[in-house]
Amino acid sequence: MEQLTYVLKRLFARRIVLIAAVTLLLIVALSIFFPFISSVDPNGISVMERLKAPSAEHWAGTDELGRDLTMRIVWGGRYSIMIGIATALFSVIAGTALGLLAGFFRRLDAPVMRVIDAMMSFPDILLGISLVSILGASLWNVVLALSVVYTPRVARVVRASTLVIRELLFVDAARALGVSTARILYAHILPNLLSPVLVQFTFIFAYAILAEAGLSFLGVGVPPEIPTWGTMIASSLQYADMAFWTIVFPGIAIILTALSLQIVGDGVRDMLDPKLRKSA
Amino acid sequence: MNGEAPPLIEVRGLRKYFGSGNAPIRAVDGVSFAIREGETLGLVGESGSGKSTIGRLLIRLVDPTDGEIRLQGRDIARISQRQMRPLRSRMQIIFQDPYASLNPRMRIRQILGEALDTHGLAKGKARRQARIAELLDLVGLSPEYAERYPHEFSGGQRQRIGVARALAVEPGFIVADEPLSALDVSIQAQVVNLLSDLKERLGLTMLFISHDLDVIEFLCDRVIVLYLGRIMEIAPTGILYRQPRHPYTRALLAASPTPDPTQRPENRPLLAGDIPSPADPPSGCVFRTRCPRAQPACGETIPPLTEVAPDHWNACPRVSEDSGQMTEDGKGGARDDFDTITQGTSS
Repeated sequence: MEQLTYVLKRLFARRIVLIAAVTLLLIVALSIFFPFISSVDPNGISVMERLKAPSAEHWAGTDELGRDLTMRIVWGGRYSIMIGIATALFSVIAGTALGLLAGFFRRLDAPVMRVIDAMMSFPDILLGISLVSILGASLWNVVLALSVVYTPRVARVVRASTLVIRELLFVDAARALGVSTARILYAHILPNLLSPVLVQFTFIFAYAILAEAGLSFLGVGVPPEIPTWGTMIASSLQYADMAFWTIVFPGIAIILTALSLQIVGDGVRDMLDPKLRKSA
Repeated sequence: MNGEAPPLIEVRGLRKYFGSGNAPIRAVDGVSFAIREGETLGLVGESGSGKSTIGRLLIRLVDPTDGEIRLQGRDIARISQRQMRPLRSRMQIIFQDPYASLNPRMRIRQILGEALDTHGLAKGKARRQARIAELLDLVGLSPEYAERYPHEFSGGQRQRIGVARALAVEPGFIVADEPLSALDVSIQAQVVNLLSDLKERLGLTMLFISHDLDVIEFLCDRVIVLYLGRIMEIAPTGILYRQPRHPYTRALLAASPTPDPTQRPENRPLLAGDIPSPADPPSGCVFRTRCPRAQPACGETIPPLTEVAPDHWNACPRVSEDSGQMTEDGKGGARDDFDTITQGTSS
C-alpha cells in the first residue's frame, strides 16, 4: 500500500500525466457504464433527424440514419477500447514469451529474432490489411491481426531486457543454489521485466485503437454494423462535406484516447527509467 | 594447519578459455591446488588475473575448458547441471556486488526461502519461518527484516543477506568472491569480522578471493598468488608475507598501502605497466614482461611450481637460486631483501 502511494506520487509528479490519466479513466468509465444509464438507443434510427448539426438535444449531432452521435461515440468506445486492451494483452503475452525465450536461451535467439525481424520489415498497416484479408473481417480477427502486428515490438524489448537481467548476479546466485531454469525464468527474470512490458502495453493500447480506425476506414477492419470509432469515421466519409460533425467527433474521441494513453505511457516510462527521471 | 587432513577440494590442471579461434581469452590457464577441510584459502591477484573465474569454476557457474575439480575425491568438472544440483547445497558463493546479487522484486523471506525450498530444507511454515529468523540472526540482522525488500537495506546489510542465503543450505565450502570490494571501508571491517566469526562457529572451508592483502592476511590460512591465469606462489599466510619468494608476490606486498607512507622503503619494487592481454600471454613465464629480474631464459619454458619449503610453492626459478639471501624478520626484511635484488639487477 505504501509502495502504491509512492508509485502514484512519482507517476503524477508531472501535471500532464495526471490530466491524461483522469481523461483516460473518464473515457473508459463512460464507455463501460454510460450505456447502462442512458435510455437512448445508439442504434435507434430516425429518418427525420438525419444529419442534424450539434444541438442541445444531440450534443454531437446525428449521423446519416439519424442516430445520436454522442451515444454512438460512447457506445463505439466500448469496442475501440476493448480492441485496444485485447490487442495489447495478446501481443504482450506472446511477445514476452518469445522475447524471454530468445533472450535466455542462446540457441533460440537467432531463429526467433530473424522471424521477428522479418515481421517488423512489413509496414504495420500493410501487415494488418493482409492478415485481415486472409482471416476475414470480424472483430476478433482484427484483434488477432493487430496482435500479430505488435507482438514483434514487445518481443524485441523483452529480449533486450532479458539479455541484461540474465547476466545479473542474482541469477547467478539462483544458479549456484541449483534453482531450476523454469523457476529462474518466472521467479527471477519475468518479474524484473514488468516495467518495460508495462510501458509497451500502454503504447500498444494506443496504437491498436489508431490501427483499428485505420483498418476500418480502409474497409478491411471491423464490419460496419459494429460501431467502433473507426467504422463511424469510415461510414461518415461520404457525408463529411455536409455534416462535418459526423467525422470530427469520433475523430476527437480517437485523438483524446490515443493521446492520453501515450502521455500516461511516457509517464510510466519516465518513472521507471532512472536516467530520464528529473530530479525533483 | 594439519597437512594430513584430506583435501575437500582438489583442482588439477584447471583451464578456462573464453571465446574460440586463434586467440581465446585464457582466463585460467593450468591451475592446480587443493583446499583442505576447515581451511581458508586466499586467492590474490590483480584485476584480470582470473581470480573470480576460478571461484566460479569451482562451483560450476562456469564450465571449465579442461582439468579436474574434485569435491571429496569426486570429479565434478564435467558432470551435468542436473547431477550438480544435489551437490550445490555443499558449496555456495558470496558475490562481490551486494546490490546486484539480490533480486529487487523478492522479499528477504522469499530470497532465503528459495534457497531452503531448492534443497527441501526446513519444510512446513513454522519451521521455515524459524529457520529464516535463525539465518538472519546468524548474520546479525533482526528477524523482522524478513518482510522487507533489498532496496530497503544498506550495502553492508545486503551483503549480510547474501551471506545468509549462502549459509541457508548449510554448505561446507564457500567461495567468497571479493565480498568486500563494493563496501565502504567501515562496513568492510564488520563483514570481515562476520566471516571470521562464522568460519569459526560453523567450521567452514572457504576460498577467499580478494585483492586486499591485509584482509587476506587476517582471514586466510594459506594464500595463492595468481597472475594472468597462472599460479605464481602458494604459501602459508605468515610465510608468504614474511618470506615471499616470487618477484610478483614481492611487488604486490610492496604496493600494499601502509599506515604511514613516509615509512615506506625508498626503493620499492613497484610494477610499471598493465597486466598483458590474456588473449596473447607472454611465452614462458607470464610475469617476465613486468618482472624486475627477468632474463632471456624466462621466455623459453613455463616455470613449474616447485616446493621450496614445506607447503611453500614458487614458480620463479630465479629466486629459488638465491633463496639463501632471504631474511626472516618480517615484511620489511623481505622488502629490503628485494631492494638489494633490484639494485643488483639494475647495476
